Amino acid sequence: MAERERAATPPYGGVFSARSQVMDAEDLRRAVTRIAHEIVERNHGLDGVVLIGLQTGGVPLARRLSEALSQIEGVAVPTGSIDVALFRDDIGIRPVIPEAVTDIPFDLTGLTVVLVDDVLFTGRTVRAALDALNAYGRPRAVQLAVMVDRGHRELPIRPDFVGKNLPTRHDEIVDVRDDGVDVGEKRPAGQETHRR
Amino acid sequence: MKHLLSIADLGADGIEEVMRVSDSFVEVSERAIPRVPALRGKTVVSLFYEESTRTRLSFEMAAKRLSADTMNFSVSTSSAKKGESLRDTCQTIEAMGVDAMVVRHSSAGVPWQVRSWVDCTVINAGDGWHEHPTQALLDCYTIRGSRGSLDGLRIAVVGDVKHSRVARSNVLAFTMLGAEVTIVAPPTLLPPSLDGWPVAVSHDLDNVLAKVDVVYLLRMQAERQSEALLPSLREYTARYGLTRKRVDLLPEDALIMHPGPINRGVEIAADVADLPRSLITRQVANGVAVRMAVLFLLLGSEPRA
Repeated sequence: MAERERAATPPYGGVFSARSQVMDAEDLRRAVTRIAHEIVERNHGLDGVVLIGLQTGGVPLARRLSEALSQIEGVAVPTGSIDVALFRDDIGIRPVIPEAVTDIPFDLTGLTVVLVDDVLFTGRTVRAALDALNAYGRPRAVQLAVMVDRGHRELPIRPDFVGKNLPTRHDEIVDVRDDGVDVGEKRPAGQETHRR
Repeated sequence: MKHLLSIADLGADGIEEVMRVSDSFVEVSERAIPRVPALRGKTVVSLFYEESTRTRLSFEMAAKRLSADTMNFSVSTSSAKKGESLRDTCQTIEAMGVDAMVVRHSSAGVPWQVRSWVDCTVINAGDGWHEHPTQALLDCYTIRGSRGSLDGLRIAVVGDVKHSRVARSNVLAFTMLGAEVTIVAPPTLLPPSLDGWPVAVSHDLDNVLAKVDVVYLLRMQAERQSEALLPSLREYTARYGLTRKRVDLLPEDALIMHPGPINRGVEIAADVADLPRSLITRQVANGVAVRMAVLFLLLGSEPRA
């Protein structure tokens, strides 16, 4: 995620430099487990529930959630991924390029789709994802699960499941990886610092 | 990058980038609603001074699937018939506010001329005997789809190399991506000079076929041949046509390709064109996705000043 934000926001180039860790691997694991339980609770089971990870940061998280869900309920949850680059509203304003191929091998009509992303920021990626989903059928409902909600929304979008609410400055960057979550900022290339 | 005039503008990295992005557009083309809003509000005009089925329709479909508006210019129904010059035509079209011109012309270099006259993006869709970069891209993409990569593949380009813009662009692209290219043609259908072309040359198709991964046939371009370069088409077919018998000389997994339109019975036998290992229709299908990638990369992925 940090990599994507780094490449896509001015000044282009530069490197992500982590300042502090806000979640470690254990925190992340607990948050995934809790969100999985909340998804089961909200939907009264997993009947007709599918997970769609947003490329690229949401995809590993969707996979982890899918594993947690099948451990809780003992059923496999269909999991796909979606790349929203071609639906963004900032094409022509900043460099936009498809990062990965969308993979939704099932019709979404009548299903409950849980969109999964690592960081919720302006809400514009989620807006694009809602548009992109249209091509795959008419879901019964769409819910949103994110690991970090960092605020600064520019659209009326609200997450249903949140790993951590994290107040940030607008120019900070939040980096979610398998082994934890860091907050930092972008520095010109050559001035990177390492965590701790 | 703003224009696509020659495959050389892209380089190996640029070709790889187009191929990588094309994967996304193949997926878009397979959706129930194969359309994305990426180029909403952009206008793409195709300026074709030479006839075309595939390239023109393919660019048009690519632009439409990206939600761009499309306009078509063809010589026979335009003021070019009244003698309006190419330059005036281009400036007239640009004055209407277009974002890209897809140019085909029977003279080499026209897209470069057009670029010097207009501010919008210019894409070469074939200039004379010179270049046809999007054909080379879709061919590389098609081979990559079957073989994973072009690196180390042996590719024979067979036929009317002299008049072929496809051969020029494809030889450049294939070799940039690490393939070994052999040109097979009668001496009269070779360019006057092959200096600087990183290719081997043969006049014996039977000998070459056993050692290739891809045989790429070129169309016999009768309309560009001003003098008698061949004793007869039948003799050409006898020595250089891909007949059913010659297919048996190919390694079992070798691929057959042709940029179209095909002259069945001349450079390729009628039944050979329809074999499962012939990728001719796959090339056309991939053409739409690859042209979507080109349009998106030129018009959408860079911030505009």
